[in-house]
Amino acid sequence: MADVSLKGEQRVFMTGNEVCAWAAVAAKADIMYGYPITPQNEIMHYWTRLAPKYGKRFLQTEDEISAGFTTLGGVISGRKAFTATAGPGNVLMQESAGMAEMMRLPIVYIIQQRGGPSTATVIYAQQETTLTTFGGNGEGHRIVYSTATHQELFDYTIKAFNAAWTYRFPTFVLGDGYQAKMREPLTIYDPEEKGIKLVKPEPLLGNTEKPDRQIQHLRNTYNTEDELYEVVMKNQRDWDKMAEEIVEWDAKGCEDAEAIIVTHGIVSRAALTAYDQLRAQGKKVGYFRPITVRPFPGKQLKDAIKGAKKLLVAESAYGQLVKLVQHEIFGSTIEIVPMLRPGVGITTEEILEEYNKL
Amino acid sequence: MQELKENNVLQPAMPASWNEDTKAHKFCPGCGHGIILKCLGEAIDELGIKGKMVFGCDIGCSLLAWDFFNVDTVQTHHGRTTPVITGMKRANPDIIGVAYMGDGGGYAIGSQHLFNAAVRGEKITIILCNNCNYGMTGGQMAPTTLPGMKTETTPYGRDVEQAGYPTKGPEMVAAVAPEGAYVARGTIANPRQLKGFIKKALQNQIDGNGISFVECLSSCPTNWRTNAKQTWEFVEKDMAQFFKVGELRTPQPKEG
Repeated sequence: MADVSLKGEQRVFMTGNEVCAWAAVAAKADIMYGYPITPQNEIMHYWTRLAPKYGKRFLQTEDEISAGFTTLGGVISGRKAFTATAGPGNVLMQESAGMAEMMRLPIVYIIQQRGGPSTATVIYAQQETTLTTFGGNGEGHRIVYSTATHQELFDYTIKAFNAAWTYRFPTFVLGDGYQAKMREPLTIYDPEEKGIKLVKPEPLLGNTEKPDRQIQHLRNTYNTEDELYEVVMKNQRDWDKMAEEIVEWDAKGCEDAEAIIVTHGIVSRAALTAYDQLRAQGKKVGYFRPITVRPFPGKQLKDAIKGAKKLLVAESAYGQLVKLVQHEIFGSTIEIVPMLRPGVGITTEEILEEYNKL
Repeated sequence: MQELKENNVLQPAMPASWNEDTKAHKFCPGCGHGIILKCLGEAIDELGIKGKMVFGCDIGCSLLAWDFFNVDTVQTHHGRTTPVITGMKRANPDIIGVAYMGDGGGYAIGSQHLFNAAVRGEKITIILCNNCNYGMTGGQMAPTTLPGMKTETTPYGRDVEQAGYPTKGPEMVAAVAPEGAYVARGTIANPRQLKGFIKKALQNQIDGNGISFVECLSSCPTNWRTNAKQTWEFVEKDMAQFFKVGELRTPQPKEG
């Protein structure tokens, strides 16, 4: 792995998984619990190499269910704990994510999406968008950052720890196999040197430094329907309030656009290049990308599409982003043209080709 | 300590670590959980570890203990109490973590966690209530249901050809755990001995030796459909015949 440090800003060239491990160190994460699954394995490979140098800890668990729940244990103990997984492992970790939603536990998951359903491919897809945003038997009280570049993997992993410990909802960094395995340049840094305040963790239970503390009883089981209603509604109100504060998106040229390309994650890089090329040709095209796919920038998307006639929604899945878009712009009569490629990547040329068919 | 209240009636001594606001407890009359938890409460008092304690309970009847103690408590998912307490202990080795579960949580849905925690020698204490059936879901077969025993899913009695033999948890943990383990099986029929086992299991964690595991033979008169006499006969004779009570592993005294 790269021989670098977090002193000052350093320009580096590394894989996405290596970036995630460095970002966790930069975010002052304390402990990682993990279980191997491709394509996220190198996050734990690099973390275990960095851990002793930075006084960090690691546990390789017996499965992803255990990785999720041991991570919750780490969080309850007041440590910045995180885990990473993909595909079928993400399925298993949804059980712990549900408990985190109910108990408001600030767990951080890094997801490097692979193909689905089931074992599928170990390479790449965007087929974990629905699972990551709404997995579990609840309302999806969680934060999901969909990254597109290695710089974003670094920035948003740091942000994920801060968001989790500020708002106490489970937080996901949603990358993918391409991001995990390819190398590209980025700048790594110590966030505190750049004035980014790192939110301090605190024990939720078992604060051994305060033996006379107020005793806490955490549970996710409720005896009555009314009791559960109160808890879920409080969480919903907190989530709605938080959503306005943390929602992120990127939009270009939507003001006068006739057609707008909507993408998320790494596909938005192909979309952005397509946008630049089409604009250079004088085409009235727009570009819209949700960075938080949960909460989704629905209001911003609605504003962006006001003058447009068509939305080209491109994703490496069969309609998972389309569903989110349809839900958010409900009532709009704009035509949605889907470009759905489950499990395969999307290039600039392919987006241009689809755009020219509009 | 026993004390005389105003009406001069002698009050039974309750552990100081009990949460008095939630007593009497929520378990069915005749359930063994109350006895096990009283033993645990007294052990916590006697060891003076209340301030370091985190009590974790599972889904199933054990979840009714979520506010049983006046100690920090987390109630988690079915079978997941072991990893949650493991994660807490790994992140803060100063806590004294207890994972409390039933035979389903430990030997069925959470067996991979119990097995691997034992293999790794996690420095936590696991207390498992064995009542030979699934209580909260209505009396189905458990890994510990005795051969020939009738449950809702073995209405003609457990057929070992079809369902296999009951899980012997302490024997399994004792077989796979590394040096420093404490493993015992107690019974609610002998609370004094049971408390001793639980206390040793906590002491083993305080000493930082390795995993501590105590299975407690317990009763479920609701689903067993037994009267008081039959319940005690089942606990003392039938269960104890199959599941031998006693210590299976004790840590070797440290050299020097």
